[in-house]
Amino acid sequence: MELLVFGKNGWGDELFFATLMTLAVAIAAMLIGFLFALIFTPLKISKNKILNFIANFYTTIVRGVPELLVIYLFFFGGSNAVMFVARIFGYDGFIEINAFITGAFSIGIISGAYSTEVFRGAYQSIKHGQFEASKVLGLKENLSFFKVILPQMLRLAIPNIANVWQITLKDTALISVTGLVEIMRQSHIAAGSTRDPLLFYSFAAVLYLILTFFSMKVLNKLEAHYKRGY
Amino acid sequence: MDFDLMISSFPKLLNATLITLKLVSLSLVFGIFLGTFFAILRTGKNKFLKNFSYYYSYIFRGTPMLVQLFIIYFGLAQIEYLRSSFLWVVLKEPYWCAIIAFALNTGAYTSEILRSAFETIDKGCIEAGQSLGISRKNIFYKIKFPIAIRQSLPAYSNEMILMLKGTSLASTVTLMDLTGVAKFIISTTFKPIEIFIAAGSIYLFITFLIHAFIKTIEKKLEYPR
Amino acid sequence: MTRIRKVILSIFAFLFLITSNTYADKVRIATEGAYPPWNSKSSDGKLIGFEVELANVLCGYMGHECTIVEQDWDGMIPALRMRKYDAIMAGMSITDERKKVITFSQGYADEKASLAVMKGSDLESMKTSKVLNLNKKGGSTSKDLKTLTAALSGKQVCVQTGTIHQNFLESGDVGKVNVRTYKTQDDVNLDLSSGRCDVALAAISSFTDYAKASGKNVVLVGPEYRGGHFGNGVGVGLRQEAQFGSGTAMGKRDGQLLKDFNKAIKKASKEGKISELAIKWFGFDASM
Repeated sequence: MELLVFGKNGWGDELFFATLMTLAVAIAAMLIGFLFALIFTPLKISKNKILNFIANFYTTIVRGVPELLVIYLFFFGGSNAVMFVARIFGYDGFIEINAFITGAFSIGIISGAYSTEVFRGAYQSIKHGQFEASKVLGLKENLSFFKVILPQMLRLAIPNIANVWQITLKDTALISVTGLVEIMRQSHIAAGSTRDPLLFYSFAAVLYLILTFFSMKVLNKLEAHYKRGY
Repeated sequence: MDFDLMISSFPKLLNATLITLKLVSLSLVFGIFLGTFFAILRTGKNKFLKNFSYYYSYIFRGTPMLVQLFIIYFGLAQIEYLRSSFLWVVLKEPYWCAIIAFALNTGAYTSEILRSAFETIDKGCIEAGQSLGISRKNIFYKIKFPIAIRQSLPAYSNEMILMLKGTSLASTVTLMDLTGVAKFIISTTFKPIEIFIAAGSIYLFITFLIHAFIKTIEKKLEYPR
Repeated sequence: MTRIRKVILSIFAFLFLITSNTYADKVRIATEGAYPPWNSKSSDGKLIGFEVELANVLCGYMGHECTIVEQDWDGMIPALRMRKYDAIMAGMSITDERKKVITFSQGYADEKASLAVMKGSDLESMKTSKVLNLNKKGGSTSKDLKTLTAALSGKQVCVQTGTIHQNFLESGDVGKVNVRTYKTQDDVNLDLSSGRCDVALAAISSFTDYAKASGKNVVLVGPEYRGGHFGNGVGVGLRQEAQFGSGTAMGKRDGQLLKDFNKAIKKASKEGKISELAIKWFGFDASM
């Protein structure tokens, strides 16, 4: 147990920083996922069959293929992909991607597929009357979306977004190939170095449980906030 | 796009798919038993068993499956007592360690699915059974359980696909499943996109089969209208 | 511009800011951190080992400012090519396979390999010559390979993934072998001592370090391997100048780095620095 101590002789402080890194990657991935959802949810809802297909292609593939494969794809082919996208925008130079962005992006793209489904479900659950009422009141599309639809979407989406957060948080355990020192990689190194895998992997499990526990507390508060008066 | 590579790697990938399929099916089968067992505990009367089931579910759903797999594979191997016991015959093999980890994990999720199905059964059905004098055991087997299964099918098909993706973790404990072989080919040929498409399409095809399978079961169990 | 578009643009701008790197004179050297005594991590989170110290020595000679970063073994070469760092010093042997995608400096250390078992294994009675040089095709080589094939058949042999050791076992030179691959050498050691593996193949220095640190009875069996799949010593992995083109600034920088490393290694070798570090970390002079 002394191996877990903070300071020079214990791995405690390394694991603490690894936990912070796990949180950072998970949050970044969630945000990147939201970006993807922002793009693909409207595509899914739209009446245009082609746009529908593109969005469905994205969610089906990303949710149907193992996360490890997606991560390998981005890690081994990543900068080529980003440079390809950048070339479309006219940037022809070389882009060096740091490990954090690679990791967060690979998980973010997966998180985004799940978030897209959640937002789509939330949008489609809003009573039709709401849309009609805002039209009748003469609210412009922009206004009606931000003041009427979006708040209701958030209320319906938050429980499921909590689920997506859980998935994203646990997926961060898979990105050690990128070299990022998060909980899994740090425990792996500590376990190897001290030849005590049981201690360190069990401790890693405890760390994840702590993260889960506190996330749930925060998300429950958020859910209660949006459910006010409902 | 290197089509030759895609075509030439297919045989190796398909070979490895057999292992993936074995892992998925065994884990799901054991998982169903575990899940049913813990769901019954959860909806039962015994407080201690209820809590035990709750914490089992909480721990296995709140931690990454990778950690669970490593604890079972590397952690348990560290314990001298286990290595000299008869359990070592099973724990020695990475194949069985993976199945144990996967089964425990899917058992937790399955128990949640069944539990919520049990709790949302129309009370009327149960009361009808009770008023007809049907024994508690029979109410469970003939009324509750069939209804719960029917209700859980959509959620369970999701779980089956999640388990299929989960088997890719077997590649981290020396098992050469589809993902393991794909990773090996990628790291030696440096052509990630082609291999991703090849391996990914195999996974998607199996996903499609699972969907179709569940749909047929749903049709079979439908109420005659 | 609508609010949403502003938000999206600012997020992309932020992402681009974090991704751009300045090409300062800093040289980033990657190591694994899980391959003692070559490189490992101490409990205060620092990277230590033969190569970590050697890297600092070489950087001193080159006059570059160096940072040492860690990277998982299976992502090492791709990350180098993607410019996540500029050099690899991770016990990576110089092989023709690897030379197809990266280049190497001249070797700085010799990594002799051997099979290892736990005490009491029946492989301890295996009789082979002391050294097996795969480059020398001849009577003793084929005799040894035959002995090895017979000894290893039916056994579980463990190696680290993506290594020359794995290549050798899967090459067919020792027939069909049940190979198990692991992410790190530490994992191989764990499974060897728990009995999951009948025998493992890795650098001798790994096994001796493991035996010393864990106190377990690890016994080396069979010959020392040289040549063929076992490469020509350990060198610094670098990008090929041709990867980015000798006409570009980045290609020129890569080509220059190769020259700088070679000069530094020659100097360190002449001044006996490499031997000194080798004796410190390996217990014997492993320099080339």
